Formats: sequence, C-alpha cells, structure tokens
Amino acid sequence: MIFDNLKGVILGTYIIRRVLYMLLVLIIVTAIVFILVRLLPGDPILVYLTQQDVESLTIEQVAKIRHEFGLDRPLVVQYGKWVGGLLTGDFGISVIRQTPVTVDVKQRLPITLHLGALALVISLVGIPAGVIAAVRRGGWLDQLVTTLGNLGVTAPSFWLAIFLIYIFGLKLGWLPIFGYTSPFRDFWLNTREIILPVFCLAVPPIALMMRLTRSSMLEVMRQDYIRTAWSKGLKERGVIIRHGLKNGLIPVVTMMGMSLIHIFGGSVFIETVFNIPGMGRLLVEAVRSLDYGVVQAVIFIMAIMVMVTNLLIDISWGWLDPRIRYK
Amino acid sequence: MSADSNQYTAITEIPARVNEFRRFCKVFFGRPVVIFGAIVVILFLIIGAFPGLFAPCDPLEADFADRLLQPGAMGHLLGTDAIGRDLLSRLIYGARTALMVGVVALSMSAIIGTMLGLIAGYYGGATNSVIMRLVDALMCFPAILLALTIAAALGAGLTNVMIAIGIGMMAPYARIMCGQVASARENDYVLAARSLGAGNLRIMFLHVLPNCLPPMIVVMTMNMGITILAEAGLSFLGVGVTPPTPAWGSLVYEGYTYLRSHPFLSLVPGLAIMIVVFAFNMVGDGLRDALDPRLRGII
Repeated sequence: MIFDNLKGVILGTYIIRRVLYMLLVLIIVTAIVFILVRLLPGDPILVYLTQQDVESLTIEQVAKIRHEFGLDRPLVVQYGKWVGGLLTGDFGISVIRQTPVTVDVKQRLPITLHLGALALVISLVGIPAGVIAAVRRGGWLDQLVTTLGNLGVTAPSFWLAIFLIYIFGLKLGWLPIFGYTSPFRDFWLNTREIILPVFCLAVPPIALMMRLTRSSMLEVMRQDYIRTAWSKGLKERGVIIRHGLKNGLIPVVTMMGMSLIHIFGGSVFIETVFNIPGMGRLLVEAVRSLDYGVVQAVIFIMAIMVMVTNLLIDISWGWLDPRIRYK
Repeated sequence: MSADSNQYTAITEIPARVNEFRRFCKVFFGRPVVIFGAIVVILFLIIGAFPGLFAPCDPLEADFADRLLQPGAMGHLLGTDAIGRDLLSRLIYGARTALMVGVVALSMSAIIGTMLGLIAGYYGGATNSVIMRLVDALMCFPAILLALTIAAALGAGLTNVMIAIGIGMMAPYARIMCGQVASARENDYVLAARSLGAGNLRIMFLHVLPNCLPPMIVVMTMNMGITILAEAGLSFLGVGVTPPTPAWGSLVYEGYTYLRSHPFLSLVPGLAIMIVVFAFNMVGDGLRDALDPRLRGII
C-alpha cells in the first residue's frame, strides 16, 4: 500500500519533470520554426499585393498593410506575438488567403490524422513479422521478411505511390487514383480512396517496426530467463509470447514516435501524389507560395504531436516494464 | 596467476592484423545481398563520377521529332521524354546529381553533427544540455520537412539542396556521437594523455575522435541512402535541383504526367533510386556486422 503510494508520487514527479522538459524543447522548436520561416525569400506583403492592384497603392498604404500583419515590428516581438497566439489556439493569419490559419488547420488536420492513425495501426503488422523472422532466424521466412523490410525503408514513398496507382488504378482499375471524400459523406468511396495512400504511408513504419522487433527479439531470446522458460518445459508459444515478446516489445514501443515522424514526413509526398487536402499538401502549397503563417503552423503542429506521443510512450514504458525506475 | 596472464597474451598476440582483415572480409562478403550492394555502390560511384562515358546521348538535348518514344526505340533504350530527351542519358546524369548531393550533404551533416556530439559528449554538463536539447528539438521534425523548409528558404538549386539536407540531417550524428564520446572519455588513454599535459582540444581530436569514428562510418554509409532519398524527395516536390539538370526525383515528377501512356518515364527513375538506396543500406549493414557486431542494436 505504502509502496503503491510511493510509486504514484514518483510517477507524478516524473511526469511533471517530463512535461517541463517538453516545454523547454517546445520553446526551442518554436524558435527554430520561426527563424527558419523568416529566412524564406521574398516579401510576403508583395506576394499578397500582387493579387490586388499594386499600382494604385501608395507607399503609406503598403506600410499600413504591413503594420496590420505585424510584419514591421522587430523579430523578437513578432516571435512573442506568435507564441502568445499559439497559447490561445491562434495560429496567425495566412498572408496569401487572408484567412486565419486555424481555419485551414481545422479542415486539414483531421484528414492527415485519419490517414496517419490508420497507417500507425497498420504499422503494427511489423511486430508479428519481426517475431517470425527472429524465431525462424536464417530460414527462408526470415530472409523474405528481412528483404521486404529492407525494401520497405528504401522505396521512395512518392515512387511507391505512383507505382501502386499505375498497377491498381490504371492497369487493373480497382481503386480511384486520387482524391479524398469525407467518410461521413460517402464511407465506401472514402475507403476505396484511402487504401493506397494509407498503405504507402504505412510501409516505412511497418519496415521499421519489423526490423526493430526482429533485432530486439534476437537479443531477448539469448537471455537467461528464456533458457529457464525452455528448461522448465514451456511450449514454444508460451516462451516466445509470454517471456520473449513481453520483453522484446519495450524498445519497439519506444520507437512508435519514430513511426509517427515517418508518417508525417511521408504525408507530404503521399498527399501531393494522391491530391489529398491534408496537412502535408498544405505545407507544400504554403512553402511554394511563401505563406509564412501556414508553414510555421504546420511544422509546429507536427512537431508538437510527435513530442506528445513521445511523452505518452515514455510514461507507458514503466507500465510495460516494472524494472524501469522513473527518474 | 602469471601462467594465466601468459596464456592470455598468447591468445591475443597471434598475428592479429592479418586475421582481423580476413575476418572483416569473411563477415563482410559472407552475405550475397551485401556483395550485391557493394557491386551496385561501385557501379553507382563510377557512373556518377563519369556519366559522359556511359550516356548514349546528351541529357539536355531536346528533339521534338523523337518525343515520347516508347522504350526500345532506335537509339533510345529507355525511350524519350515529353520533349524528346533520352531517358537513359538523363538517368545516368541523374546519378551524378545524386552522387554530388549525396557526398556533399552527407559530409556536411556528418561533420557538423559529429562536432556537436564531440563537444557535447566531451564537456558534458551545461554544454551537453544546450546542444542535446537543440538536437532533441531537431529530432521532433521529420528530417525531410526540415530540409524542405530550409530548401524553400534558400531557394531551389544544387548548392541549396546540399545545405538544406546537410543541416536537416545532422541531429542523429550528434546524438550517436555524444553517447560514444561520453563513454570513450572515461578510458585510461584519456587520463594518460591528460597526465602527459595534453590540452582539451588535443585529447578531443587526437584521442577521443579517432576512437569514436568506426560507428560514425557505419552511420554515414547507411545515411548515404537516406540522403539520396531526401534529395530525390525535394526534387520531386520541385524545391530541389532546378529543372534542366537531370535529377532522379524530378524525372519521376516529370514522367508522372505521362503515367498512363508512358509508365517507364516515372517508374524507371524511381527504381534507380530504390536500388541505389537499398545497396547503400546493405553495404552499411555489412560494414556494421564486420566492423563491430555489438553496434547491432544501436545503429
């Protein structure tokens, strides 16, 4: 009882420390994003003005517009204003479209999360594949799984997408080749549309999970307690799942954040190829049209999601492995 | 006691160098897939260094009479693109772009990352905290997004792509190097060097750095593939190498428009990327196993 309480307190302080640490990294992240985006060439005001009548505006009027966007203030002030806005859920204004970035994010984030979450779930397929490869080390199944895994991390995702579009969309005509319909409007069309993109997003994390599980299982299966499990007469299944996998999974779970990074990185390409209006394509569009606010917001949101995932994983670590002390 | 230590020295002092090299070769060339990787890497290096010797045509020469030829056409083994440029030649010159960006960006990220890791790991304390928090922050982004933003900030072009990828990919080197250095500096040779009056810089670069290099070489070999992949990705998105210069990523993008009628135009360059990246990864795997099998879990 006392021990339970103590553990709770230790876990509590650990979480507080981790959250504080995350905030520190977050400040660095926002600073990096902000500085990077300020390096973008060209004057966003000019980009904005080309849509209006440049000739008819006086210098004073241009200065006034610049002032409205806050682009005439010192960088530190702009940074402070941006971070202050973030705290209240305000991501700034898209200079190009003159709409709040929050509107874009609200439309697009669910789409990327929809595809990303499915891809993350599918990536778990890599775990049993890795276990099989490790258990049958050196056999043909191991060779097959390992080779597929190696190909999975090396195939450029945009090329894989184009290849699958060619086979399943153009040659066989089974699946639509681009677009995204809301699942609430037409669930079946949506399902058919997202099969290829989700698969393409899932391939690198599947391969990653597979490789990690394999090497982690190989390591675990050499441990003394596995020999004990064998020698006390347990069946193969029990040894591998109850004793091997339970320990072998720990490093794999900690790499889930890595999978998310792969998925976000991939979404830039996959959403471009399949013409899906998600965060990845939003970023590509914003980078091309020099839309400061949007680039900042997208990169910031992706980074914060990776960080929160990593935090949750680190906390759940101890739940999986009682040997770990939170410190 | 003395018998034991004699026995010990007797075992280790068998001509170690020769055996070491033989063992290296035996492990490295032990797997067929590594040999395949090594052959592809060597071919890629040769073709990338001297594309002029292999390309049948000028990669930039447009010939509207011969536009969009199918593979196998007279004089154009892989066919031609929308303005009649020979795909095979563009592919071969694309290898040069990939090699150039790969080597420069890779060296840049490796040097910056290794130096940061060396400093952080050697000095520890506050220096370590500052550098490693920066590295942590960088590792929250997908490297490709970081490179994409930097490339956009600098503008498209060969040099800028190199810089973008070089900075975008430095974080993992810093993290691995920091761990290596933190354990290496506890060694007796560091203490010995210090007691002989060596300064921090001398110890860092002459004693600690060389002892931490083997794993970094393995990481570099593996990252060559990722670097080539990143360059292809940026070129595919149109923020990489600028158009007339052939790059594998932009070849895939340009050919994508004609996917229905001319699938080779986008599928073949992508296949080239995949084979080369795969080859570098396999050579990296082989090097890791041959140099130090203990690194298996780390890298």
